[in-house]
Amino acid sequence: MSGTAALIALRKRQDRWFAILGLACTLVGVVTLAVLLSGLISDGYQRLFDPAFYNSFPSRHAAKAGILSPLVGSLLLALITIVLAVPLGVAAGVYLEEYAARNWLTTIIEINIANLAGVPSIIFGLLALGLLIYGLGMPRSTLVGGIALGLLVLPIVIVTTREALRAIPQGIREAAYALGATKWQVVQHHLLPYSMGGIATGTIIAMSRALGESAPLMTIGAVTFITFLPPAPVQSNPPFVNFEWLNSEFTAMPIQMFNWISRPQAEFNSLAASAGIVLIALTLSLNAAAIVLRYRLRQRIKW
Amino acid sequence: MNFFYGTKHALKNINLSIPVNAVTALIGPSGCGKTTLLRCLNRMHDLYQGNRYEGRILLLPENLNIIGSDVDPMEMRLRVGMVFQKPNPFPKSIFDNVAFGLRLKGITSRSEIAGRVEESLKAAALWEEVKDRLKEGAYALSGGQQQRLCIARALAPEPELLLFDEPTSALDPASTSRIEDLVYQLKDRLTILIVTHNMQQAARVSDQTVFFFHGEIIEANKTSTIFEHPREELTAKYLTGQFG
Repeated sequence: MSGTAALIALRKRQDRWFAILGLACTLVGVVTLAVLLSGLISDGYQRLFDPAFYNSFPSRHAAKAGILSPLVGSLLLALITIVLAVPLGVAAGVYLEEYAARNWLTTIIEINIANLAGVPSIIFGLLALGLLIYGLGMPRSTLVGGIALGLLVLPIVIVTTREALRAIPQGIREAAYALGATKWQVVQHHLLPYSMGGIATGTIIAMSRALGESAPLMTIGAVTFITFLPPAPVQSNPPFVNFEWLNSEFTAMPIQMFNWISRPQAEFNSLAASAGIVLIALTLSLNAAAIVLRYRLRQRIKW
Repeated sequence: MNFFYGTKHALKNINLSIPVNAVTALIGPSGCGKTTLLRCLNRMHDLYQGNRYEGRILLLPENLNIIGSDVDPMEMRLRVGMVFQKPNPFPKSIFDNVAFGLRLKGITSRSEIAGRVEESLKAAALWEEVKDRLKEGAYALSGGQQQRLCIARALAPEPELLLFDEPTSALDPASTSRIEDLVYQLKDRLTILIVTHNMQQAARVSDQTVFFFHGEIIEANKTSTIFEHPREELTAKYLTGQFG
């Protein structure tokens, strides 16, 4: 009897030890993040509450410098990224999941997409530089940056689309087919509407990834000192839309931060910290939106 | 006819006639091929790779070979309805669930759709329970109501043949008996095939019963004859619960 009791006590002790160890391991990540964030905030909080920080261009004088052009640049890049990656990624995901026959060609495509997700982001920059700028003679523009980022996040959109489709029970597909629907009708009336939440979640995550990327943009040649805004996409005279902004030179938040950090003056370093807080706030709020969306959709559709 | 899942010979030399405006029950132990046969009739097997039909299933009076390679599966599915084992309504409104098949048939008139949705829900004995909440989601219904909604959905496009694949195996006894009543009433309008594991159910609802074993038809006859005087020993053993 006492042997059993001792054994149980020993095992319970092991259990406790692991619980403590696991907690310590978990804290490493959380504490590091907290230290980083608090460092950023203490360095950069002063400028955060200054409206001039948001509507001034970068400047040689730290006190006058702001993030207007990089912020607008990042948002425009994110817009192009999404406009490119979502239709391509969703169509590819639907094709692979619903249309493609299971054969060697499909397998090769799938392996390639999985590998694409693991390709270092700078390679996408090299691709855009070699193909679009040197090959096709495009300018070092917002459009090229957006294309590079769009290709970079394309695998994320494809994979989340496929996962969202896979979550739909086969019985739903069979019910629709049994009524005489074609594949496209099943996709259009059922699969896409039911997987919209998952796809939107993937899109938001892709966007927050794109916002933080700097390597591909630097490869293409984002400019670090831009004191103008690209031409507005809407105008008051016909045809009311203007695509000149696509060809404009650009900068982005991470690029601007990099520039400020590499300067010797401490004032610029704290500017970089302020810009970092804005960037983190942007990506965190996007991720939070994704979580909320996923949660609400799970509540709405239960299979 | 014969049917293969890849190299697996799932239905062997099936030869069967199915009477019009009657209920035919397919019984037999799990994996014997009864559901496989059911899914041949609306070409569901075409959805998956590697399946192969051989032979003919003739739809009278026009002698259309349902499993012919020249016959479009889509056409068969517009003419043959199916109710599945697990209720599988679409996560849409009650109305849209029933209307989907009508829209697939190219019916665009709102009043015609509304009329036929009502008619189908009445035929599925669900109208009284849902007439005031047609816009609500189908998932708010109970399991038995969902299954009757699936029946209404299958009835709406006015199929000639209706397939039931163990329609009550996921339902409680009260819902089961409502579905059985429905099956019994519906045979005036169309021809019905029902796969069931429940022998009492086969006895209650069907006119003809077919006993399957290992992909072959062991015996097919009038339900009363099969249950009272089975010709084959195997059938008698299955019916008395000695195996399966």
